[in-house]
Amino acid sequence: MDILGAQLVNGLSYGLLLFIITCGLSLIFGILGVLNLAHGSLYMFGAYIAYSLTATYTQSFWTALIVAPIIVALIALVVERVLLRPTYHLGHLSQVLLTFGLAYVFHDIASFIWGSNVLSITVPTALAGSFAIFGQTFPVYRLAVIAIGLVIAILLWFVQEKTKWGAIIRAGLSDKEMIGGLGVNIKLVFTTVFVIGGLLAGFGGVIAAPVLGIYPSMEFETLILALVVLVIGGLGSISGTLVASILVGLVETFSRFLVPELSMFLVFGLMAVILVAKPNGLLGKQVAHS
Amino acid sequence: MKKTWFKLVSVVLVFVMLAACGESAINSSSDADAQGGSGGASGDTVKVGAILPFSGVYASLGKDLSDGMKLYFDSINWEVEGKKIELIEEDTEADPQVALRRVRKLMDQDNIDILTGAVSTAVAYAVRDDVDSNKLPYLASHAGGDDLTRAQRSDYIWRSSFSSWQIGHSMGEWAYKNIGKTMYIAAADYAFGREVSSAFKEAYTAAGGKIVGEVYPPLGNNDYASYLTTISGVKADGVYAFFAGSDAVRFVQQYEQYGLKEKMPLVGSGWLVAEDLRQTIDPAAEGAFASTFWDYNLESKENQEFVKAYEEAYDRRPTIESLEGYDAARIIAETVKSLGGDVSDPDKVVDAMSKVSFTSPRGPIQFDQETHHVIQNMYITETELVDGKTENKVIHTVDQVKDPGQ
Repeated sequence: MDILGAQLVNGLSYGLLLFIITCGLSLIFGILGVLNLAHGSLYMFGAYIAYSLTATYTQSFWTALIVAPIIVALIALVVERVLLRPTYHLGHLSQVLLTFGLAYVFHDIASFIWGSNVLSITVPTALAGSFAIFGQTFPVYRLAVIAIGLVIAILLWFVQEKTKWGAIIRAGLSDKEMIGGLGVNIKLVFTTVFVIGGLLAGFGGVIAAPVLGIYPSMEFETLILALVVLVIGGLGSISGTLVASILVGLVETFSRFLVPELSMFLVFGLMAVILVAKPNGLLGKQVAHS
Repeated sequence: MKKTWFKLVSVVLVFVMLAACGESAINSSSDADAQGGSGGASGDTVKVGAILPFSGVYASLGKDLSDGMKLYFDSINWEVEGKKIELIEEDTEADPQVALRRVRKLMDQDNIDILTGAVSTAVAYAVRDDVDSNKLPYLASHAGGDDLTRAQRSDYIWRSSFSSWQIGHSMGEWAYKNIGKTMYIAAADYAFGREVSSAFKEAYTAAGGKIVGEVYPPLGNNDYASYLTTISGVKADGVYAFFAGSDAVRFVQQYEQYGLKEKMPLVGSGWLVAEDLRQTIDPAAEGAFASTFWDYNLESKENQEFVKAYEEAYDRRPTIESLEGYDAARIIAETVKSLGGDVSDPDKVVDAMSKVSFTSPRGPIQFDQETHHVIQNMYITETELVDGKTENKVIHTVDQVKDPGQ
């Protein structure tokens, strides 16, 4: 019994880590209708920049946790203003191609700057300890990941559903022209959302680095997982992403525990089943066709 | 007027095209290619082709192998018996299909005399038939798949690095005597991980030990929490783990975070606590035991000289791969030397290569005439904390380990 409880904690922590990584992607897709395939690269930049900060300049994880996402958000700002904006009227395919191409460019930039060694970020001492539940030892950091994930989920939900800002964003998704006619600068809204998405990607990179490590091609592995979560949860729904992250986390953890050889297969199997049963994902809504 | 204009454009066009062709054909080779183009073997250069991954997941291994080779060739001024050594490196991207194209290019366009390299075993298997049918002497300098010197054996393939069997088997008896009577195995689910752990299992159970459980996470698994929770619920005297690269970093770090390090000692291969990973793993690697055929801290005179020269040349510590490259270069040079510089007959080349033996930084090495695989010492290392940094210390030597060849 104890071991099941322990695996439950593992699953939750892994699931919320997935949520922290994926929520930016989901936010951008939900509001801009852009599938940002460079999301994994922004995540990777977050991790690498945090590494450079902790290894050389400040030695402080907390500073890196604030500074690295901001730098990534600035990169996202440039990408949106310079590259992405001219493609909004061209449809999904050109945006997919653009962001996928960017992912390769960013990959080469990262290997040029940081090389091909495996790196890691040291967890701050406040979170470095371990605690025991269900007769098992857990790193405190895993618990912190659960808490951070929940806080982000609540914040995103609150902003989107309970504030005027959220209302504008939601309205902009359903009818861009109408909201423009009402005097809202929709371009500014899009830029802001993309930058927040980038900020979240960078934040995810820093949070995930002590657990998942930093290494070449990390962004593509993460991107695949994030896309699985996005599809299962329903494209463009934050609450769906949360549910899907936790579901994928639990399925992967328990399948590793019960049938280790099938763990990768089961996650993708889950995605296939959900796509057949509910093509819009668990909590998906119809994405506006523009 | 018009005609000359047209001519000029044509000439420029032809020039650009020629340059483009030359570029792709010569690739990363040096310009010595132009003079030695005819005849290849009979010229006054010995052409050595190296197929290594310079991009992709194994890029850092490829670079270390290449740097190791160049360090040795530098030390002999790229010259043996009056012959100039020309090293032509090709990027395999660790992809068997790409590697095969590169090898054909090396054979057909560059007329290489000796082939070396291959990090991925899949690459070595992929080029095996072409090498064999074209009678191209090939010195495998990393790829450790057992079959390359067993079922896939070829008259023209010799291996100076290691076999999976040597890595796994050498730990078995020592673990039984020093760790305990029961072990749990965790290894990455791919050919190398499976081969090494089954060799360990073979030696460990033969010594009298018992394997109480096994788990094979996929290669490139991102989180070991679930596996580690399972392992911590098992009663065993130790855990044998085979992971490399980013997998090793995550596994060793999380092994400590999940409190397993205090319960059961971690045992594995040299790649678990490799020189270039340990600075990232620090200090979770402390207390791990590993089997390897070379370590940075080996105390022999040869090793200290090698380490010093490498650090002076590249300003970083050598890794296992650097040593493999260094030794491969020396074996090739000694082969050429014993032939008096004449490498035109591939049969004579492999015959000369088979007789090469010397004391390498890793200890005395020679080839097994039957399997074509290197006979070498295996070392058990323990990772310790020295001034806040981890260092491997050699605590046991298994002398002259020979792969059984089947």
